[in-house]
Amino acid sequence: MTDQTVTSDSGSAKSAEQSSEFAASRLAGGDGRDAILEVENLRMYFPVKSSGVIRRTVGHVQAVDGVSFQVPAGGALGLVGESGCGKSTTGRLITRLYQPTGGKIMFEGKDIAGLSPKKLMPLRRDIQMIFQDPYTSLNPRHTVGAIVGAPLLIHNVVPKKKVLPRVQELLEVVGLNPEHYNRYPNEFSGGQRQRIGIARALTLQPKLLVADEPVSALDVSIQAQVVNLLQDLQREFDISFLFIAHDLAVVRHFCPEVAVMYLGKIVEIADRETLYNHPQHPYTQALLSAVPDVKQAAIGGRRERIRLEGDVPSPINPPSGCRFRTRCPLAQEICAKQEPPLLQIGERHKVACHFAGEIGQHPTKPVTARLLGIDDQGNPDPGATPDPNAVEQPGFADTWYDVQGGHLGAKA
Amino acid sequence: MTAYIIRRMFTGIIMLIVMSMVTFLLFFSSPVNPEDFACGKNCSPALKAQTKKALGYDEPVTTQWVKFAKGVFVGRDFPDDPALKESAPETIAECPAPCLGYSRTTNSTVTEQIKEAWPISLSLAITAFFMWMIGGIVFGVIAALRRGSIIDRGIVGASLVFYAFPTFFIGLFLYKFLAIKWEIVKIPEYVPISEGGVSVWFQGLLLPAFTLSLVYMAGYVRMTRAFVLESMGEDYLRTAKSKGLAPRKVLYKHSMRAALTPLVTMAGLDLAGLMGGAIITEQVFNYPGLGKLAVTATRNFDLPLVVGIVLVLAAVVIVANLVVDLLYAVIDPRVRVG
Amino acid sequence: MTSQAPLLSVKDLKVHFPTQDGIVKATDGLSFDLESGKTLGIVGESGSGKSVSSSAILGLHRGTSAKVSGEIVLNDTDLLTISDEQMRRRRGKNVAMIFQDPLSAMHPYYTVGNQIMEAYLVHNKVSKREAKTRAIEMLDRVGIPQPDRRVNDYPHQFSGGMRQRAMIAMGLINNPGLLIADEPTTALDVTVQAQILDLLQDLQREFNAAIIIITHDLGVIAEMADDVLVMYAGRAVEYGPCKEILTHPEMPYTWGLLSSVPDVTGDTDARLIPIPGLPPSLLNPPSGCAFHPRCTHKDKVKGNLCKTEMPELLPGNRGPEHTKRCHLADPEQIYFTEILPEIAPDLVEEFAEVNPDGSVGDAEPVRSSDAAAEAEEKKI
Ligand SMILES: Nc1ncnc2c1ncn2[C@@H]1O[C@H](COP(=O)(O)OP(=O)(O)OP(=O)(O)O)[C@@H](O)[C@H]1O
Ligand SMILES: Nc1ncnc2c1ncn2[C@@H]1O[C@H](COP(=O)(O)OP(=O)(O)OP(=O)(O)O)[C@@H](O)[C@H]1O
Ligand code: SF4
Ligand code: SF4
Ligand SMILES: [Mg+2]
Ligand SMILES: [Mg+2]
Repeated sequence: MTDQTVTSDSGSAKSAEQSSEFAASRLAGGDGRDAILEVENLRMYFPVKSSGVIRRTVGHVQAVDGVSFQVPAGGALGLVGESGCGKSTTGRLITRLYQPTGGKIMFEGKDIAGLSPKKLMPLRRDIQMIFQDPYTSLNPRHTVGAIVGAPLLIHNVVPKKKVLPRVQELLEVVGLNPEHYNRYPNEFSGGQRQRIGIARALTLQPKLLVADEPVSALDVSIQAQVVNLLQDLQREFDISFLFIAHDLAVVRHFCPEVAVMYLGKIVEIADRETLYNHPQHPYTQALLSAVPDVKQAAIGGRRERIRLEGDVPSPINPPSGCRFRTRCPLAQEICAKQEPPLLQIGERHKVACHFAGEIGQHPTKPVTARLLGIDDQGNPDPGATPDPNAVEQPGFADTWYDVQGGHLGAKA
Repeated sequence: MTAYIIRRMFTGIIMLIVMSMVTFLLFFSSPVNPEDFACGKNCSPALKAQTKKALGYDEPVTTQWVKFAKGVFVGRDFPDDPALKESAPETIAECPAPCLGYSRTTNSTVTEQIKEAWPISLSLAITAFFMWMIGGIVFGVIAALRRGSIIDRGIVGASLVFYAFPTFFIGLFLYKFLAIKWEIVKIPEYVPISEGGVSVWFQGLLLPAFTLSLVYMAGYVRMTRAFVLESMGEDYLRTAKSKGLAPRKVLYKHSMRAALTPLVTMAGLDLAGLMGGAIITEQVFNYPGLGKLAVTATRNFDLPLVVGIVLVLAAVVIVANLVVDLLYAVIDPRVRVG
Repeated sequence: MTSQAPLLSVKDLKVHFPTQDGIVKATDGLSFDLESGKTLGIVGESGSGKSVSSSAILGLHRGTSAKVSGEIVLNDTDLLTISDEQMRRRRGKNVAMIFQDPLSAMHPYYTVGNQIMEAYLVHNKVSKREAKTRAIEMLDRVGIPQPDRRVNDYPHQFSGGMRQRAMIAMGLINNPGLLIADEPTTALDVTVQAQILDLLQDLQREFNAAIIIITHDLGVIAEMADDVLVMYAGRAVEYGPCKEILTHPEMPYTWGLLSSVPDVTGDTDARLIPIPGLPPSLLNPPSGCAFHPRCTHKDKVKGNLCKTEMPELLPGNRGPEHTKRCHLADPEQIYFTEILPEIAPDLVEEFAEVNPDGSVGDAEPVRSSDAAAEAEEKKI
């Protein structure tokens, strides 16, 4: 941490100076690790049609609304959140099963958000998806060999004669009997089917795998097999993962870095130690406290649950300001007026909350006010200059805003 | 809801327009010349040309269609010749507003012909409808409840037989034996309610309606059985049972409600289809309904009559479709339009 | 356990389904007791017979081809001997059940209120209006906002959590002594799951009902249950007080369940230990111990016992309340030296200190093997 303390008199020349310093370091870019995928301000709005005589578009499901993150090469980013928060949509946008409404998807430095299907073709080899339901995602009328080999034929990567040996090799990799290439999906159990799905995704040796709830539909005793398989594959083939799941424990186990989504936005993103041990967003805290923990409960050390009231609001009409405010126990006036930016508050930790802080240590004054050029109630403060860097960036900068200290922090 | 109905009616009208166009085109692309039929046996080329002109077949198809469409809304005269109307009004046939054309083979307006035939078809269709719905549902439910038993197998087997046999065979068979040989029922004959009262009307309908209903009943028995069985496996039925409801209540309130809903859709459309679809039955029992009229009209290449019947039947189907969808929204709260 | 007779006592329950391929022994000799105000958790993987067993308590197999035998004594009546009509009158009144998927468990064509009222009307001679008032009261009790308005909504207009609340309202409207919850939170998000579990606990305290909660999530068991019953292939393989089972599991299948799922506080470098192989067929269950084809500890049993002889459900070294179906002589030692250090090294000490009665500390001999040794010494 540096000693560049930000004085509280907002708008002073000094703090503006520091802001630009802050910006410079940000542009210098992250910590040197290459990102294979960089998503910036990604948005997906699904139109909602009226039921009138002429079917007009009356609104939009803001399924994903301004999401930014990075997936490091060879790493794994976890995406967690409640049902309907936009996790699958994000995954489908990255594999370009959907055309994004806006934003950038930089894959190996190239923006694929606006590419035509034809131009996407070669990229489809590099980005593959594993689906949640092993029962419906495999065509029941095709043999396993046909399912796993199809991408090879479509992309013309190996001569026809070599398809079968390659398929058998893949089946072996995922722990299935290679002699079973002639069988149909219904002859396999759920866990085995999920392996077939994984083999299919691996066929083209992708660089990035989007795994959308790969184990949720599986029985507990089978889940571990699949998780271990994915971990082995990642190590062996150096595949990067975007791992989507609602099971916080599985995500924590698999992903060194985790992003928490709520109603189409990322509310907190951090390395797993920080996120699970020192969450600063009230939603992350509530989510974590809701997870039953066998081992802790067994010795009577159950953590106090933070009860969330009510239901997730509709993504068609999300609340103004902070989207979590309708259920947030800390919500204040400013939360309705100003959307909190996803602010970097640690070396690899970003949070989007005006009152970010650990449980029981949330500040009483909004930490974001000065950066946004507003007062503590969320009204514009004519004396303050908003920090132009308080916008969301996919990666992490070398300097950050220290919430507790109220000053810039930096890598030691 | 109103907006929804208006939208549906709008698309319905468009469909009718398109259908009338298609019928016109099909008719004129056929190798047969309709004027041959209208002209009669000993017909000279000159007479033929004259007939063609009188029928309006000499004009381009588009003009004919426009005239036809206009006639539907404001009515028209046949032949449409103001000079002739002045000089010899008796040779002109007037066709008032919902004018679907003028049939030369029968020398009356299409509207009149249809007006005469539709109550017969409707009587037949509705009577058959009640027979097959009641029979189909009762036997279907019994079969489902006694699943796997002899009763079930008997019902399913019988329905297969009736489903497979051609209607004309069953019709003739019933006619010959029940009506003529054993005289169990009256010889079928259409008597309007206004003339003979409900009882006579019904007795005359009994046999043709029963014949017509048999094939449908067979299908509905099997569908009802399948839907009831399906609903019995639903989770909410288990819930109903675990509340302690009596088995009858579970069946009538929970199972049947879910099972019969999809039948509504099919029943409505089948009823509409039956209006003109009873061709064979009407032939067998010599019932002068829309089906028989359609057959005669096609045989005689009576374009106006064919087009008229096609459009009326299409309109019935479209309206039935709308009614069924609205009904469905009433029955199934999940599809209610906001 | 107190001397007074338990509310529910299941003895040697068997549910067999005759099928074309043979008899499916979905439940094969299940026994347990449950007292008022207590919660029994049943865990096990898919197809182990959890739902089939609990449906048997409600008599839902009546009228099907299933063969049910044994004893299910509820309030001193054996439910397997009474008539269909007597059973029907107990359903929803003395025993109620809530199901996994609250959307499909409710009739889509009737309002939520109608369906809750129905449950009240069958067992009480009251007017519809009174029933509706009662339904609204219950909806309010389970935390549905504006219950007087929402009572007229259809199930699809409710969110998943609200539907499950409504199901709970329906289940508890007649104040039953026993509530069976078959995977009540599996289809729900964690935050909603937490709400529902809290609600169940609150209501249990209020109504003093006994609860059977079926789940495959040991976390849910850990938070809810007083007793745990682990099922495998239609049989109980381990049964005892919750804390005891979670800290001193003695059956390799239970170890498997505990070590195959990651924990939110566990060590992230630790590898998950999957249970190898596939769930057994119930048509041809494996000989001997049904778990032996998947068990990695069977070599520790002398001879070929695991393959030839089915172990009985018997108490081990930890006292009479903790029973297990396994031939291993000293499972505790294996667990504390081989399993726990792998999955949660930080908890070895803490777990070791938990006594069979749930207390912590060394008032009683901690290690059963030590205890056995001591006992041995005293004898000499
Ligand atoms: N094709 C679509 N058209 C309209 N709305 C959609 C579409 N796909 C998703 N949505 C909506 O977008 C929102 C986000 O959906 P998404 O499937 O991404 O959620 P999720 O986080 O994956 O949830 P889950 O955990 O249930 O899978 C939801 O409100 C959903 O109803
Ligand atoms: N009516 C039936 N006929 C034949 N077999 C049946 C029948 N009902 C259930 N079974 C079988 O009994 C076994 C136990 O089923 P049960 O539903 O109790 O499992 P479960 O433990 O509840 O599993 P899950 O976690 O998937 O709900 C399964 O193998 C199932 O296939
Ligand atoms: S910004 Fe406000 S409403 Fe949003 S999470 Fe933070 S405190 Fe709660
Ligand atoms: S009896 Fe044998 S096979 Fe069965 S669980 Fe115990 S050790 Fe394993
Ligand atoms: Mg999803
Ligand atoms: Mg079950």
